[in-house]
Amino acid sequence: MVTAEQVWAAFEEIPDPEIPVISLVDLGVIRSVDVENGQVHVEFTPTFLGCPALEVMKRALEETVSGLGGDPDVQVIQDDSWSTDKITPAGREKLRAAGFAPPALREASAPQLVQLQSNVFRCPYCGSTETRLENIFGPTPCRSVRYCESCRQPFEQFKTI
Amino acid sequence: MNEQLLGLADDELVIGWRDSEWTGIAPMLEEDVAFSSIAQNEIGHARAVYELLSDDADALAFDRAPEEYLCAPLVQLHLLAWGRTIARRWLYEVADEIRITTLMEETPLAAKINREEAYHRMHAEMWRERLADTPQFRAAVDELWPYALGVLPPEQRDALASRVGRDAVEAVERGAHDAAFADLHAEMTMVRRSAPAGAQW
Repeated sequence: MVTAEQVWAAFEEIPDPEIPVISLVDLGVIRSVDVENGQVHVEFTPTFLGCPALEVMKRALEETVSGLGGDPDVQVIQDDSWSTDKITPAGREKLRAAGFAPPALREASAPQLVQLQSNVFRCPYCGSTETRLENIFGPTPCRSVRYCESCRQPFEQFKTI
Repeated sequence: MNEQLLGLADDELVIGWRDSEWTGIAPMLEEDVAFSSIAQNEIGHARAVYELLSDDADALAFDRAPEEYLCAPLVQLHLLAWGRTIARRWLYEVADEIRITTLMEETPLAAKINREEAYHRMHAEMWRERLADTPQFRAAVDELWPYALGVLPPEQRDALASRVGRDAVEAVERGAHDAAFADLHAEMTMVRRSAPAGAQW
């Protein structure tokens, strides 16, 4: 019979559908795995509610559990429990190496425009903080577009939520 | 059914649809991208709230008659010029923040929606600052102000008036549907109406 450890290990192999350099475990969207008489209960926390990858992720979780011989029960948890802070340190490093600046940590209050316009955001290519906000929005809802004044390279910055 | 949550979902669905009308024709590429993302988020919020209210979110979103939608008249207005579109986005986001933060006490989903809306507010505020002194934007805020009040229940309208720096006036209330909404409804439900019975997506 399949164990929770096997399920977690298999989930580590599922790439994020839009940013395949990181896995769903790196992304921190799996809140729990419980195995009970062959039934595998998974709590899955969505990233952005409008993200078209959510259905793909849920299906990948179900197919992976089935592939291990388990009976999948994937619950989508609609609350505020996922945050970009849940991305693992390994996941953050994989993002940076692929040219995506990892998100700043969540603060007590909602992010403000003045923060996005400040130069605390580091270029994933050259490490400079001489970067400016180009657009709050980018190729997907989870990313902003910034420009590095030092290496003259635009890059994608993960939003903090 | 919780009418306040259904009104929220209908507002988000319809403003998402209206914002998506700028995809491809916004005055600059950055705004094409921004409006497309904002629209995607708003429709995602609508979907999550419909799922909270019903086991069949698509039926709730698309199978009602136009007069059964609870969306505020503000979000129904069609093809506004850029200054008016920005005035609507800004007024809607200010009103929506008051509503969402009130709902957060009882509805965990509202707290998640609020995290994403923070970026919409920044975008709206950035544009408000840019256009604040133009006659087009000022005229648009004058025109849309009674509509903005209609987004909120009466007890929350003073908070909106104070945030926007205006006096509360008679609101354009929910329940009214303009002719443009009938056209939008026809467009919005077309795929579902034309799908064969039992189709799965």
